[in-house]
Amino acid sequence: MASFKKIARRSFLIGSAAIVGGVAFGAYYVSRPAPNPLKPAEGEAAFNPFVMISNEKITLIAPRAEMGQGVHTTWAALIAEELDVTLDQVEVIHGPAATAYYNSALLGEVIPSKGYDKSRFVHSLGEALGHAGKLMDMQVTGGSSSMKDGYERMRAAGASARETLKLAAANRLGVASSQLSTRDGKVIAPGSIEISYTDLAAEAAGLEPVEAQLRHRSEWKLLGKAQPRVDMPGKATGTAEFGIDVRLPGMKFAALKANPHLGGTMNGFDASEALRMPGIEQVVDLGNAFAVVANNTWLAIQAAEAVAADWGPAPIPDTQAEIQDAIRAAFDAEPNSTLRDDGDVSALPQGAQEVSAEYEVPFLAHATMEPLNATALYDGSKLQLWSGNQGPLLTRNHCADALGIDPEQVEVNTPLMGGGFGRRGEMDFSIYAARLARQMPGTPVQLTWSREEDMTHDFYRPGAMARMRGAVKDGSAVLLDGQIASQALTPQLMNRWFGMTPAGPDTTMVDGAFNQPYGIPNYRIRGHAADLQIPIGAWRSVGASFNGFFMESFVDEMAHAAGADPLEFRLALTRQEWAPAAKVLEAVKDMSGWTGTTPDGVGRGVAMTYSFGTPVAQVIEVAEEDGLIRLRKAWIAADLGVALDPQNLEAQMFGGMAYGLSAAMFGEITFAEGAAEQGNFPDYDAIRMHTMPEVEVRILEEQSHISGAGEPGTPPAAPALANALFDLTGRRARRLPLMHDFDLLI
Amino acid sequence: MPTDLRINGKTHQVDLPDDVPLLWVLRDEVGLTGTKFGCGVAACGACTVHIDGEAVRSCQVALSDVWGEVTTIEGLGSPDAMAAIQQAWIEHQVAQCGYCQSGQIMQAASLLAENPAPSDAEIDEAMQGNLCRCGTYPRIRAAIHSAAQKMQEA
Repeated sequence: MASFKKIARRSFLIGSAAIVGGVAFGAYYVSRPAPNPLKPAEGEAAFNPFVMISNEKITLIAPRAEMGQGVHTTWAALIAEELDVTLDQVEVIHGPAATAYYNSALLGEVIPSKGYDKSRFVHSLGEALGHAGKLMDMQVTGGSSSMKDGYERMRAAGASARETLKLAAANRLGVASSQLSTRDGKVIAPGSIEISYTDLAAEAAGLEPVEAQLRHRSEWKLLGKAQPRVDMPGKATGTAEFGIDVRLPGMKFAALKANPHLGGTMNGFDASEALRMPGIEQVVDLGNAFAVVANNTWLAIQAAEAVAADWGPAPIPDTQAEIQDAIRAAFDAEPNSTLRDDGDVSALPQGAQEVSAEYEVPFLAHATMEPLNATALYDGSKLQLWSGNQGPLLTRNHCADALGIDPEQVEVNTPLMGGGFGRRGEMDFSIYAARLARQMPGTPVQLTWSREEDMTHDFYRPGAMARMRGAVKDGSAVLLDGQIASQALTPQLMNRWFGMTPAGPDTTMVDGAFNQPYGIPNYRIRGHAADLQIPIGAWRSVGASFNGFFMESFVDEMAHAAGADPLEFRLALTRQEWAPAAKVLEAVKDMSGWTGTTPDGVGRGVAMTYSFGTPVAQVIEVAEEDGLIRLRKAWIAADLGVALDPQNLEAQMFGGMAYGLSAAMFGEITFAEGAAEQGNFPDYDAIRMHTMPEVEVRILEEQSHISGAGEPGTPPAAPALANALFDLTGRRARRLPLMHDFDLLI
Repeated sequence: MPTDLRINGKTHQVDLPDDVPLLWVLRDEVGLTGTKFGCGVAACGACTVHIDGEAVRSCQVALSDVWGEVTTIEGLGSPDAMAAIQQAWIEHQVAQCGYCQSGQIMQAASLLAENPAPSDAEIDEAMQGNLCRCGTYPRIRAAIHSAAQKMQEA
């Protein structure tokens, strides 16, 4: 139980944070424990919201979106480590939407500090603000935060359940708990007596949970070692159930069509032709979209094309050039943020050489492999929803609002996700399904988006530009003054999620630029918010996805201007500022056998980005083969602080890099009359088997805090490749995607 | 007019228009959801199944054009009785989101049936139509080599 003093301190800290973020929370709500959402049956024990044991099985609740990052496995391993069970003895489920499953780490990240140099004050401020997550229904998977969030809480949940089971055994046997031990789902008593947890569940159910100390790392049996993923057999046999695989008795299949002119209204539609097509049952008005209901998804998609709709215009400039002009115009306005302003960037240090460059990156779609979809059943008062989503409580609240019913009347089921990358943190696909279900009471309906509908109705990674100015002297950087222009994500996202638009600086716009662990004496980063209404969202690594490219391309340009080796140049700038950043650079130097020179026809580039608490360095090697440039090899080093599952972390690192490379090479969404011009993979391609480089990954544990894994592999990919292309061709890539300016193997 | 389809060793009678692609017959009519919808235009390979052993994109084969016995991921092996290639996928912990993996496995199975020991270049050639947004390619490649070796030893 938190002491009054601690509560008072939190109250103060949150009070302080309220000034920063424009949100106020009371200490009472923050410290009040959330109710356990698990409803154990007779003879079943729910020790806490994360561990449930019946007389038949042990169930661990991993209430985070499994979208490929392996969170269900590592989350369960945290609990299992202290509970003393193996992962093959348990069932891991996502569980219900509940306040108890708030993400304590995510909100802590919004504090605009550099992060890597977290002072004690800022760190505890982050923790305290994190508790506010409970209030804002932040059962959210995002921000590479799951392990930061669960690292202590889940081990504590496991330890508490273990000690409670021991107490039940102690009571039964009439011995002291201290005489008991636990192993592989059993309590072991003197005299070789073994009692399985399932056998103790009914007795343990009546006990108050027991608190317990966490074990030291040296005692870990599961954590720190590769665990076979719990979702792997299902995914290798086609039996894993994704949202799109939900099948209910009597279910109808529907296709969505929304106004392609994003943000425009629907003024009406004529469905008469569609209704004559085979298998079509009805066409339903969903407000700014319609759904065609059929007995087969494909028939519904075909018929949706036959509906003649009157679409209102988008509140977006008509041409791509005007959109780019609007982003560029933001440079002339007052900055939205100046989150770093070290030294004095106004004057050029004496004897220094000035360097400047401008960069530009396009809007991007998420393009998850599983197109958006949700399944809903409305019985006249209650809504059941099956939706692969990254925020079950937000989904519940928004669907309740859309139907005008209480949130308690909405049940959200969260199946596996065929990719999320931030897209499934939105509620639109769930809300459309809820609205549709309301108009067909008693009939379950699955609403699927065609690939074209998915790609043309995204919340896009915003297009962005940078104006970088720097100075080098004696082989090192002495000045870096960067301006970033793009739409501000935070106000749009907060408005969609919570219906409020916080004022103040948008950290995401400059993330990956202002907070880089470079000891440059004169270092300023300003963000400039562009006035555009294009729907934008969180895209794997968010602002770092473009700032990584801007910063690390420009640092490379400065290294060349200084006559320094690009890797040594970065090493010198990081060593004094933050050692873990230097360590990942040293690691890729060692792994790649970096010498600073490459043979003819071969190019190498390096980049290092700190994001979501994790420094990641990458070296990419390209080679010219038959007149085309092929990515031959990549080396990645990342420092996670604590590597809970090295094999899964390796997958996250090369996967994050692949996502970044796909965008860097091919990704581009452009708009005409407010409608996205790319609709499917032939015009929005990604890296494939023959274009993916061979990869080698090294995971370090030098830094003091456990840090994020899902996103930090993405930001260094584009600049490492662009820098390698410069090494190979002598041409500097200042815009993406690279396929426009380089003869890449595709 | 109902159509008879042979799928995973069983006959299914299907009553849908002739032009409905096999993908949507499998998923929405027969209830075999292991085969995935990714793009609908044969650009991602998520819907790959075998017809008479040949890997095809089921989103491009109309119901009336299905020319032989269909095998889907469910027909290749089950969680209790996996095919060697599915075991290799587990051994190498290939899947991340896993959505494309049914198609990847079906494509790889057909490659190995034709070419029991494919080179890296041959894997590139055979697998480049199968998209994976998670970027699991290095482990797919390793799993194919490993399955090839196991199948040759068997």
